[in-house]
Amino acid sequence: MTPLRIVTQLLEIAAALIAAPAFLGWVNQCRAWLQNRRAPSVLQPYYGLRKLFGKDVILAENASALFRFAPYAVFGTMVAAAAIIPSMGTGLPLSTAADAIALVGLLATARVFVSLAAMDVGTAFGTLGARREMMVGFLAEPALLMVLFVAAMISHTTSLPLIAEGLTTRALALYPSLAFTAVAFTLVLLAENARIPVDNPATHLELTMIHEAMLLEYSGRHLAMMEWAAALKLFNYACIGFALFIPWGTGTEAGGPAALMLAAPLLALKLAVAGAGLAVVETLSAKLRVFRAPEFLATAFLLAVLGLLVYLLLGA
Amino acid sequence: MEVSFSYLDACLGVLVAWGAIGVAGLIRPRSVEFAGRTLFPLGAVCGVMLTVVAIASIAAPTERAVLPVGLPDLPFHIRRDALSAVFLALLGGASAGISVFSAGYFRKGEGALPGLLCLEYHVFLAAMGLVLIADDAYAFMVAWETMALASYFLVTTQHRIAEIRSAGFLYLLIAHVGAIGILLSFGVMQGGSWQFTFDAMRSAHIAPEWASAAFCLALFGFGAKAGLVPLHVWLPEAHPAAPSPVSALMSGVMLKTAVYGLLRVSFDLLHGVQWWWGLLALAFGLGSAFYGVIFAAVQTDMKRLLAWSSIENLGIVFTGIGLTLVFQGCDMSALAALALIATLYHALNHAFMKSVLFLGTGSVLHATGQRNLGRLGGLIHRMPWVTWLTLVGVLAIAGLPPLNGFVSEWLLLQAFLFAGEVPQAFVNMLLPVGAAVVALCTALAGYVMVKFFGVIFLGQPREASLAGAHDAGVMERIGLLWLAGACIALGLLPVQVVHLLGSVVQELLHVGPGDWGVDGWLLAPPAARHASYGPLALFAVTVAVVVLGAVGVRVWFGRRARRGPAWDCGFVRLDSRMQDTAEGFGQPIRHMFEPFFSMQRELPTPFDALPRYRVTVGDRIWGLVYAPLGAVVRGTAEFAARLQQGRIATYLLYSFVTLVVLLALVL
Repeated sequence: MTPLRIVTQLLEIAAALIAAPAFLGWVNQCRAWLQNRRAPSVLQPYYGLRKLFGKDVILAENASALFRFAPYAVFGTMVAAAAIIPSMGTGLPLSTAADAIALVGLLATARVFVSLAAMDVGTAFGTLGARREMMVGFLAEPALLMVLFVAAMISHTTSLPLIAEGLTTRALALYPSLAFTAVAFTLVLLAENARIPVDNPATHLELTMIHEAMLLEYSGRHLAMMEWAAALKLFNYACIGFALFIPWGTGTEAGGPAALMLAAPLLALKLAVAGAGLAVVETLSAKLRVFRAPEFLATAFLLAVLGLLVYLLLGA
Repeated sequence: MEVSFSYLDACLGVLVAWGAIGVAGLIRPRSVEFAGRTLFPLGAVCGVMLTVVAIASIAAPTERAVLPVGLPDLPFHIRRDALSAVFLALLGGASAGISVFSAGYFRKGEGALPGLLCLEYHVFLAAMGLVLIADDAYAFMVAWETMALASYFLVTTQHRIAEIRSAGFLYLLIAHVGAIGILLSFGVMQGGSWQFTFDAMRSAHIAPEWASAAFCLALFGFGAKAGLVPLHVWLPEAHPAAPSPVSALMSGVMLKTAVYGLLRVSFDLLHGVQWWWGLLALAFGLGSAFYGVIFAAVQTDMKRLLAWSSIENLGIVFTGIGLTLVFQGCDMSALAALALIATLYHALNHAFMKSVLFLGTGSVLHATGQRNLGRLGGLIHRMPWVTWLTLVGVLAIAGLPPLNGFVSEWLLLQAFLFAGEVPQAFVNMLLPVGAAVVALCTALAGYVMVKFFGVIFLGQPREASLAGAHDAGVMERIGLLWLAGACIALGLLPVQVVHLLGSVVQELLHVGPGDWGVDGWLLAPPAARHASYGPLALFAVTVAVVVLGAVGVRVWFGRRARRGPAWDCGFVRLDSRMQDTAEGFGQPIRHMFEPFFSMQRELPTPFDALPRYRVTVGDRIWGLVYAPLGAVVRGTAEFAARLQQGRIATYLLYSFVTLVVLLALVL
């Protein structure tokens, strides 16, 4: 438990909390540029959060204690997930308590709590959203697990910081299995974070919503926590992608404080490029019918399993 | 350390006490207070004692005894070793919670006298205990039969309902078909010595083909009891038909005796595990897991949903057994140890998780009189105790950290990660696909549990009569608390549990499990790839963030909360019928996995006065396997019935012909 490790851990959590809304704002900016619109400022999500925290909470008459507790549970699991993903450094003391499989478990916990809270109020929209979210989740979760499995088999460990470190130290070779899993991971990222083509985050038509439908009943600080958690989720997924596929630049323990200081601007650069890429994908795709979403996710699952088989056949 | 008593005697004492409590129920059979206030709590105390004794005895050396019960030449041999001790602890712990719950649950109107129920229940418990300590085939089969019969009488408690009678019949039929398989397996394993004690089987030398035959028969027999597809058809009928505490006991404990039996046969009685046995168990296990969970997702009856979920979880346990067999057959003992611990841990977890869920449904059934998911809803406001304790079970069985379901799933997935090092190349390919199926089943289990909990306890009540639902009584709450507490303890203290299970690994696989704990709180299997899991730290961090968040928000912003109507999108008359139904929640699964279901749809026409839409989802295996089998049996029976002409002349002719043939043979 060296001071460097503690500093890395706290810095990562702080960076996730602070940078996540900005990442979301940047993605919206890029989308607006591509669609020939004028975007709100990159800091708009922060203004939104501040506004929501300052408002009263209006609870539906039927809402129970589970509904009131769910935003905090979701926020807590997202922060715990952010604590074990090596975004800036690999010396994370908390990663010994939770590895990649536990990370998937934490994301599943958040999903279950959001769905249960959506079913709590008992309106058609909430239950519809819950059903669709679980439908997306039950295929996306095994796909993500398979992607992490392939990386774990290559690096002989399931601990994410060690995976990132292992992939950094290998020569800059192309792993065919990682190529398959990169595509699968992108598909899972689009599905789990409610992006086009699976879900339109800017829609206001309830029958087309998956993720937004579960947030309809929240207001005030609860809505702020849920929106922050959603931004954190996108940030976490982006950082998982960097750790698995573009791990260079993450501060290893050998690099010391200098590597950690260098990692922050590198992370910002990676996030900028990733955000622009995400905006391009969203602009070029059309939203799928909800019935087609399982096919989309089944493709992701099969690609991930294919990556696993390719690794076993080729050893790379 | 000198012990003044033997652990085996203590276990036997508990079993005898259970039998005595059962018989005591006949003293005042009609008195609910006697059974409820005295006998069932006494049974629970015995269960706790059994757990304590079993846990204390796990690391102790094996003890044997011979009971003077039984036939003159065939006394009962009994034995307590580490494997028995683990399952005895499971039996004691789960049954203690269920017995306390039953003390408050069984009231008049269950269709049988309380004293009779007490007798059947405690004989059931005692029979299961005897199965776990039996050391010869005779004692094992007698105990197995008693277990099946006692549970049959418990399942058919409300025997005046025709459906329940037929469910009980199906259960008994398949239990006996399985028992034949087990009996034949014992017959093969005695290897010519005609001694049916387990010690004789351990020292018998049988050819590998006969060993494979014995394993396949045992897999068939124990699989029938465990509900392995395609021998699972009795489970979704019998579990809903039985009273809820009995369903909990059957699902939580009885199915695990089948797991115990298979482990005993494969690793203790048979020598030389062959790796392809593991592939067989793996195939059936994965098939059951997948089949069980997709059927659970489309059910509309809450207890049938849980029954199918039990099929899924037993499938996962058999997957673990298969993995252990594959590794052991390829002489990879350290990895076999990992897989075996994952299997035992999942069996232990499921006993407690499923019991909580079944007992929760029992309380719901007593409070509302409804089993149909389409008539429940919004019970979190009326039944808070049941809701929150069932939530613990739901989160556990969905495999969410930091509860116990996640630990066994984590261990199993870690075991699968090694599958690529098996010498056989095609097994290398298949096993990671198995890991994908396990991951898919776990995710689907989360789906099923969100449906189960959300439709029953959350939302708005779908029937007006639900406003009169009352929460569970004191005894029921204590029972649920005990079981939910066990789920939490098994989840937060995995190192200690793995330490206990290590003795079983030592005994069955003859390999020391190694030190799996780092500083006593981090679970780090030495065979696993630099992986570790520390649920206490994870839980502490999450709770810290939650508390800090809540306090911080309250301090800095401190706005109030008030109530208002729900969002109705401009549609003024929202009612409870507009919520998602159980059928609706299962629709994505029905749509995606359509080939597995046999669906009958009743669609409305424009000319109906009262349009009705109905879809019934059935099991294809009935039509593919059981209906043809039934037709063959009936055809054979009718053909054989032609022998019964009903005329004395024909029967005298039969006797004459038989006499002539026998004389010809003898002379």
